[in-house]
Amino acid sequence: MRLSLKVWRQSDKDAAGGFEDYKLDHVSPDMSFLEMFDVLNEQLIEEGKEPVAFDHDCREGICGMCSMYINGRPHGPLRGVTTCQLHMRSFKDGDTIVVEPWRAQAFPVIKDLVVDRDAFDRVISAGGFVSVNTGNAQDANALPIAKEAADDAFAAAACIGCGACVAACKNASAMLFVSAKISQLALLPQGQAERSIRAEKMVAQMDAEGFGACTNTGACSAECPKEISLENIARMNREYIGAKFSSSAV
Amino acid sequence: MSWFSQTLTSSIGKKLLMALTGLFLISFLVIHATINAMIFYNDGGETFSHWGHFMGTNPIIRTLEIGLVAGFLIHIIDGLMLWKSNRDARPVKYAVNNAAANSTWYSRSMGLLGTLLLIFLVIHTSHFWIPNRSNQFATGEELNLYQMMLDIFQNPIVVLIYVLGCVSLFWHLLHGFKSAFQSLGLNHVKYNGAISFVGTAFSIIVPILFALMPISIYLGWVK
Repeated sequence: MRLSLKVWRQSDKDAAGGFEDYKLDHVSPDMSFLEMFDVLNEQLIEEGKEPVAFDHDCREGICGMCSMYINGRPHGPLRGVTTCQLHMRSFKDGDTIVVEPWRAQAFPVIKDLVVDRDAFDRVISAGGFVSVNTGNAQDANALPIAKEAADDAFAAAACIGCGACVAACKNASAMLFVSAKISQLALLPQGQAERSIRAEKMVAQMDAEGFGACTNTGACSAECPKEISLENIARMNREYIGAKFSSSAV
Repeated sequence: MSWFSQTLTSSIGKKLLMALTGLFLISFLVIHATINAMIFYNDGGETFSHWGHFMGTNPIIRTLEIGLVAGFLIHIIDGLMLWKSNRDARPVKYAVNNAAANSTWYSRSMGLLGTLLLIFLVIHTSHFWIPNRSNQFATGEELNLYQMMLDIFQNPIVVLIYVLGCVSLFWHLLHGFKSAFQSLGLNHVKYNGAISFVGTAFSIIVPILFALMPISIYLGWVK
């Protein structure tokens, strides 16, 4: 395959960026999108140019590191896959592909296609955990959990924190991510003790990071590589409003 | 900041206010459309004026009207504040953005549709509500709203503006009705189908009913 690429290049977070055009003549349809970028970077290194910086780690769709906005969509044209699981057979010979970093005030560009997603870590640090004393794990059957609740919690916990929801949302809202993290604990008995304070603190941190609010367009869920459901956002709204009007935290 | 104002100024709190005021305005539309539809009795405005007089003079309705004005103001101001903070959340736009692949245009255009409705609201209230209330305030007498309708809707440009206002209302409601329930956390597998059905039906029926009023008068169906 022959491809033309328009790739966002930015030397550091304060520099003005811009698009660079590249041509690749020998792209295999079986390559992943990231392998295609490896080929591009080899070519750039051989030409004595700076390779394109991009985030990646596991390359098997579970780590949430890869983060490219491809032809106007996070993780490219397929539903339910990350950029690393996108293959070049999804494109046609002679295509021009535009690749940009995630765009959000809360996700500043560090370099080229790499953005700083520490905002997500700070939201988790605010309350996305269960405080448990150390000791042996108790018997799994000691805590009865309804199958439906376990399934819903598991579906929410599938979120890999890649940030595609923020990238896709017209408001750069992080509500799908935050709601998945609130839901996975709110649905399980282990999460009950800190349920109210968790919702209050995580939402407060989400707002402090400068993410937008939800307009319920559904773009986040449609573009989520783990297909996290919008039901989680409704649950977060219930958790937050309920906590705010009933908790003893004034 | 108190916990209460902190709640209402948070991102979810602002959405809560949008949803509550939105549903309140939807309930107003039911009353407004029902009473105005009395013109279709085509009885020279007798039934319409009877109910118009009730709405304009009943002390309970007049008190609720203050709530209605507040509901409009909160919905508009809160909407503008959300529009501003949502715009600030993405200072650098995408060069290529294929939003049509993941969402409907009208769900992404609630601010634009709301602004069109606001412009329409200014025109509409300056035609009827403001002159009528100012006259009541000055002289204690109600204006003949039915005759005013017959006069105002002789102008084809006015009729067109009203029809376009109804088109904006249709798209705004088509997303807003369902969206309000999601913002309130009312998303449940047993009720989502009913909310969606009622929302879509409401968004179609109410704007069509409203649009038929200036059209019918202009075409002489209602005299």
